Amino acid sequence: MKLLVCISKTPETTAKIAFTDDNTEFVTDGVQFIMNPYDEWYALVRALELKESKGGTVTVLNVGLAANDIIIRKGLALGADDAVRINTNPESAYVTAAQIANFAKEENYDMIFFGKETIDYNGSEVGAMVAEMLNLPFASYVSNLDYDGDKAIVSRDIEGGIEVSEISGSFVLSAAKGLAEQRIANMKGIMMSKRKPLKVVEPVEIANPVSVVSYSLPEGKSGVKMIDPENMDELVKLLHEEAKVI
Amino acid sequence: MAVLVYAETQSNKIKKAALECVFYGKKIAEAEGTSCIALVLGNVENAGSLGEYGADRVIQISDETLDQFDGLVYTSVIGQVVENVGAKTIVLAHSSSGKSLLGRLSARLSAGSVSGVIAVPDFTNGFSVKKSVFSGKAIAEFFVNTEKRILSLSGNSFKPEKIGTTIDIESIEVTIPDSSVKVIEVKREEGTVPLPEAELVVSAGRGMKGPENWGIIEDLAEALGATTACSRPVADTGWRPHHEHVGQTGVAIRPNLYIAAGISGDIQQLAGVNNSKTIVVINKDPEAPFF
Ligand SMILES: Cc1cc2nc3c(=O)[nH]c(=O)nc-3n(C[C@H](O)[C@H](O)[C@H](O)COP(=O)(O)OP(=O)(O)OC[C@H]3O[C@@H](n4cnc5c(N)ncnc54)[C@H](O)[C@@H]3O)c2cc1C
Ligand SMILES: Nc1ncnc2c1ncn2[C@@H]1O[C@H](COP(=O)(O)O)[C@@H](O)[C@H]1O
Repeated sequence: MKLLVCISKTPETTAKIAFTDDNTEFVTDGVQFIMNPYDEWYALVRALELKESKGGTVTVLNVGLAANDIIIRKGLALGADDAVRINTNPESAYVTAAQIANFAKEENYDMIFFGKETIDYNGSEVGAMVAEMLNLPFASYVSNLDYDGDKAIVSRDIEGGIEVSEISGSFVLSAAKGLAEQRIANMKGIMMSKRKPLKVVEPVEIANPVSVVSYSLPEGKSGVKMIDPENMDELVKLLHEEAKVI
Repeated sequence: MAVLVYAETQSNKIKKAALECVFYGKKIAEAEGTSCIALVLGNVENAGSLGEYGADRVIQISDETLDQFDGLVYTSVIGQVVENVGAKTIVLAHSSSGKSLLGRLSARLSAGSVSGVIAVPDFTNGFSVKKSVFSGKAIAEFFVNTEKRILSLSGNSFKPEKIGTTIDIESIEVTIPDSSVKVIEVKREEGTVPLPEAELVVSAGRGMKGPENWGIIEDLAEALGATTACSRPVADTGWRPHHEHVGQTGVAIRPNLYIAAGISGDIQQLAGVNNSKTIVVINKDPEAPFF
């Protein structure tokens, strides 16, 4: 089986979110970056499990500049066989998807894995775009995946439940919680990752349709009211009359 | 030039998210001096009522293959309708099917897309629109420079109002492609509002001490007509199902009321819930991060 896992780089979950004075850029000074949790914990691990049980290869792919190599190496340390970095700034979901699709179109992967979303842009866009560009089925928010070597049975998280479907042939999926259990890279994996191939591919020219003009922070908390546990009537009154939510 | 809104349905009924999208689509249409066209797919009851929430036209394509959601098939059909009516802005719900369609349509129509928008676009310098980023910790305004654009609207961002009347349903000819995905079954928890759509949410964390104590949480939720949620460690230890996990690595919600019992309110929890209009925290520690 030939599997591709697309991994992205995101700020660590406790990172301080701050912007430059003109609010046009995210301040990365002192911010630690990690592999996007959905990509690492679920997409990559499930791909590795399939390889372990059915044979084949797992390639990790990132669209980004050389600073991302450390995150790509982590994918190799966790067990991917090789890696590809498409050497360009992932300006938008569209540009990222077009680069991935252009690379993947000749490679005939059986499955292309994505995370359900990045925790910085929260787009949930790239996977669906790649599926369309390659004219493949797309299973989003997959929390269970069984594969018998021919067809796949996937459970997708949908509002208030799950949908189980059967897909034959190659397809694209995005990974949600439940698809796999997070793994930790061991010393051997880390040592081996240094010798595994990381191929740098130059990007194709893509016009970027979307860009950020400015950032802002949400309105701050409007003051906390402490209510004594003996005084539940006051809470009910506040919710009913002031907040008008019940 | 028109605004096309794909109005999502479930079990033949128009979803609340669809009303929000139509109401939102109408606001864009008004700003651009054009019409708001709602599209429903499959067998749907009472589609004409979308006129009440702002649709100037309602188009329905009732082929039975469309009764089941299929991203490839729906994208092809919506793409054909976009061409047919000359739509420039396409609005979808930021739901599980809406998210799949957004990316696909963007690729198919070479249109810029912004997912999970929370405000009416600004037309002063072309077209820009806001969405929440960094899992609720910030807001970004995105500029879209393509002729067509596709937006998915975050749930509970707008309260749909009745601004029109029921209208007649039109139909148009489209070709429906074959699918390679076969839906085997759909399992839904009946009787509760799904978390992303819920206006009232009762959530609980490790402070509950164990799953045996969840009765009071469920009772409270039932009394309020609220949906239950939980913190991540609670889902990870199997006290509650994964789909209840809210936060940065779980479901992001924006209800009117979020009640958090025995949850400390760490940054990753807060990320997914801080867009709630009112938060009630039940905690014995007055220094808990929530405060
Ligand atoms: C990468 C990453 C991603 C994460 N993503 C998420 C996420 O998406 N969502 C999420 O929730 N967490 C997430 N976390 C975990 C997060 O950091 C916290 O550990 C978690 O939210 C804490 O859960 P809790 O509030 O239930 O438990 P605790 O932090 O243990 O808090 C329990 C609270 O209960 C209170 N309490 C105890 N007894 C009582 C009582 N008798 N009456 C009233 N109050 C009481 C305590 O004062 C305390 O505040 C993530 C962590 C990481 C590292
Ligand atoms: N720069 C990137 N390189 C490779 N894959 C990416 C990149 N950005 C996003 N992805 C993948 O696309 C998924 C969805 O991203 P998004 O559409 O931004 O929410 C992520 O979980 C990754 O699997």
